[in-house]
Amino acid sequence: MSTPISTPLRRIRVAGAAAALLMLSACEHANIFEPSGDVAQRQAHLVLLSTGLMLLIIVPVMLLTAFFAWHFRAGNRDASYDPEFHHSTKVELVVWSAPLAIIIALGSVTWVYTHLLDPFRPLDRLAEGQPVTAADKPLEVEVVALDWKWLFIYPEQKVASVNELALPTGRPVHFRLTSATVMNSFFVPAIAGQIYAMPGMASQLNAVVNKPGTFRGFSANYSGAGFSQMHFNTLGLEPAAFDKWVADTKAAGGNLDAATYLKLAEPTIAEPVHHFGAVSADLFDKVVNLCVEPGKMCVNQMAMLDARGGTGKAGLFNLAQLTYDKDGRPNLTPLTAARQAQLDQRLNKAFVAALCATGPAPLAAKAPKLTLSQPAPSPLS
Amino acid sequence: MIAHHPATWSPLLGRLGIDAIPHEPIVIGTFFAVALGGAAVLALLTYFKLWGYLWKEWFTSVDHKKIGIMYMVLGLIMFLRGFADAVMMRGQQAMAFNGSQGFLTSEHFDQVFTAHGVIMIFFVAMPFVTGLMNYVVPLQIGARDVSFPFLNNFSFWMTVGGAVLVMASLFLGEFARTGWLAYPPLSGLAYSPDVGVDYYIWSLQVAGVGTTLSGVNLIATILKLRAPGMSMMKMPVFTWTALVTNVLIVAAFPVLTVVLALLGLDRTLHTNFFTNDFGGSAMLYVNLIWIWGHPEVYILVLPIFGVFSEITATFCGKRLFGYSSMVYATVVIGVLSYIVWLHHFFTMGSGASVNSFFGISTMVISIPTGAKMFNWLFTMYKGRIRYELPMMWTVAFMLTFVIGGMTGVMLAVPPADFVLHNSLFLIAHFHNVIIGGVVFGVFAAINYWWPKAFGFRLNQFWGKVQFWCWLVGFWVAFTPVYILGLMGVTRRMRVFDDPSLQIWYVIAAFGALLIAAGIGAMLLQFGISIWKRDEYKVEGDPWEGRTLEWSTSSPPPEYNFAFTPKIHELDAWSDMKAKGVARPTEGFRAILMPKNTWAGIVIAGMATACGFAMIWQIWWLAALSLASIVATAIFHTFNYNRTFHIPAEHVAEVEAARTAQLAALSKGGAA
Repeated sequence: MSTPISTPLRRIRVAGAAAALLMLSACEHANIFEPSGDVAQRQAHLVLLSTGLMLLIIVPVMLLTAFFAWHFRAGNRDASYDPEFHHSTKVELVVWSAPLAIIIALGSVTWVYTHLLDPFRPLDRLAEGQPVTAADKPLEVEVVALDWKWLFIYPEQKVASVNELALPTGRPVHFRLTSATVMNSFFVPAIAGQIYAMPGMASQLNAVVNKPGTFRGFSANYSGAGFSQMHFNTLGLEPAAFDKWVADTKAAGGNLDAATYLKLAEPTIAEPVHHFGAVSADLFDKVVNLCVEPGKMCVNQMAMLDARGGTGKAGLFNLAQLTYDKDGRPNLTPLTAARQAQLDQRLNKAFVAALCATGPAPLAAKAPKLTLSQPAPSPLS
Repeated sequence: MIAHHPATWSPLLGRLGIDAIPHEPIVIGTFFAVALGGAAVLALLTYFKLWGYLWKEWFTSVDHKKIGIMYMVLGLIMFLRGFADAVMMRGQQAMAFNGSQGFLTSEHFDQVFTAHGVIMIFFVAMPFVTGLMNYVVPLQIGARDVSFPFLNNFSFWMTVGGAVLVMASLFLGEFARTGWLAYPPLSGLAYSPDVGVDYYIWSLQVAGVGTTLSGVNLIATILKLRAPGMSMMKMPVFTWTALVTNVLIVAAFPVLTVVLALLGLDRTLHTNFFTNDFGGSAMLYVNLIWIWGHPEVYILVLPIFGVFSEITATFCGKRLFGYSSMVYATVVIGVLSYIVWLHHFFTMGSGASVNSFFGISTMVISIPTGAKMFNWLFTMYKGRIRYELPMMWTVAFMLTFVIGGMTGVMLAVPPADFVLHNSLFLIAHFHNVIIGGVVFGVFAAINYWWPKAFGFRLNQFWGKVQFWCWLVGFWVAFTPVYILGLMGVTRRMRVFDDPSLQIWYVIAAFGALLIAAGIGAMLLQFGISIWKRDEYKVEGDPWEGRTLEWSTSSPPPEYNFAFTPKIHELDAWSDMKAKGVARPTEGFRAILMPKNTWAGIVIAGMATACGFAMIWQIWWLAALSLASIVATAIFHTFNYNRTFHIPAEHVAEVEAARTAQLAALSKGGAA
């Protein structure tokens, strides 16, 4: 792929004190790779602001160091020498209070902006002077980090794509993110800062694309052998172009159901872009709850059982249904007919899951009494 | 429930089989180089009949000075290994563009960056810092040894044991491919089924025992063995920083031990502390490991702040400016270092208030750190600065470290961290503080205390070559890394598809070569200085030192002080010199000293075998070595013959020799 790294922070390089050589190269792409999202813009702004605040103290310290180091060299007999100068309340006051003042300023900025730019917080503006209104309904995108590729599910449009993220410009986007296996970090520098994608959990990110373009996205948290190739293009599309992208994707066909997902989840490196014209409605939630594979009990079901006091010894039955990746990467066994039969059998034993649906009655009473030595009977048989 | 791959596990050898021997050409080449080199060293030692000498004088020694030197040697050896990893990474990343895969497979590259981090922190920086504290602290407080000399020897050998296990992973099996903190689920059994992570866990567990015990030892030493008159606020600053660091060690390392034990249980006994399923939480691991990991940063850097404080005062010919504010700053940093750990993962999605709290508490640390910087600055003010090598390193540190501090505060602003986290900007930042702080500090300390330890100075020319190669090399190597980070390039990448990035990696690789030249110059400096040691001979106080260690001969006698000095002032030795306190030349008495013991190296050897057995799941060996450890430790407690007296006549002889030497020197000075 030939998409260059996008550079949300290019401004720093231009503004920064790097050598002329660096500036030359920065200017080469400077106009092309401005951040294209408001969130990234504000974050980059904050980087600059904090740098500026700190330079207020760093620059004098460095100049003083250089000056003292030179002036008070032993060879310079013009410099005064006072071996007894080892305390000065005035100096102490300055050296403690000056950094304190800077940190109070920076700390206040931090407090405000950490809340304003909290990735979980819905956007309050699309751009400078352009607040989000009730009409700006966010586009929902569900992101799954797989080994080693990215799956993007559009629950409203009911399409999905692998290693290509298409976003309409000027509309808030709300990402929900998870991972099928290990920790990754979802990062499209041109749009917004990163957020971890973690297995068994859903994190969130709110962002907006302001300018159309193609931006690089990648995992910013090492995740194994295919990590270096785990990047994707983010297409910032005008709303009409986005609608066309959705329509084309739908027309191209393909259906991302559980079986297809499990196949997709097998580890691959440098997976090419491909699309699915349809997608199972609850796929993302099942990924989060580690229960895409038929026969698995979802984590949230188990949590509900636990919240109601658990099922006592009957809970032993759930071991098989809850095992996800204990003995190796999950979902790696091909879904042959024999495997399907095995899973179905397991599902039949998932009586605790079935009990779940019976309402708030005390479950322990309904669960069969089991002892450890007894072979586990199936309550449904 | 015991986890092992049934196909390859055997009762005799566990998981260890013929396939454990590496087949990568680079590793095989390294193996033969190490094997041949090792055989040559062993042959030479045998030829010159040095085994007995090494065993009696060094390996079994409980002398804190010798143990300190052995720590430094360990750090140096591991430093060469860790740097070799760095060069491989720089080479790979400079090459792997335009479809080239470079010369390292992901299998190898991912081990290299993991090993680089683990080795540099645990087996380079830690031994260096511990070695310095071991050597200097007892001398600075007027003690004859540490509180628990046997424990000191044992701690050292446990650290060596950990290092041996890391090195063994190079030739038997593989090391972890997880990054240096081995986050689960990646480090869990499902995603790292081989022995790599087990090597990681057990090498750190074995070494961790040593580190924790050495922390206990030094705390006891500093609190209980100070010379009469040395109140806490009259302790040298280095000793203060050592005290705070060891308190941090004792408080933080058990957390590491626990979190690695839990990971080990997950991997070996299929528990679910950090697994994806069964309610495990990888986030718990990340929190725990950083609750150790952040204090660890200060464990490394605080003693180095102490080193710079001593050096600045000495070479400016002045008392340290703001001693008490320096002490308070150290203590405050120590306390604050426990409430900032979450800044290593703002991007995990904690709420804004949590992120703000940890961001701001991180910034607050920069206040005492800034105060320290100003105190060194005002020590230079109205000083008379002699630019010997240690002072050169100090000024280089001050100018380099403030930049690292600044980029650190940038990373502490959570929204800014969202764009900088895990990027090469972060990598540049922590190398900026660790190289610019810890590594420069260790070099300053080596040049400063070497004459004390060996009685001769280090060659200045090669020291300066080393200095400039490192200083320039550091900035050439890491400025491009900062820039790449600001371009949004993330860490741990093996191959690249954007050709415009290559130039930065090439520059960085060139910087690494400059640093390599600096390391070469350092080795030359050591070699030449040892060769010409008679020419570079110095007496006890070559730098016009201010603290007690400079009152002894160089090298100090094994008992350090014939009479325990009495302390009246801060900078005790300066005070004694000013008051013309005469060195006692008679009335010596026999001195009670601890005896050497074999127990430390033997028990640590068994612990290393136990770790090895746990890695390869050779259960009989694990059980046997564990039982041997317990049995040997108990057996050793029955050894009541642990001390001996240095006869008064011998003390008198040693001291008379020094008197004569001093007299000759002052006559020479007068002529």
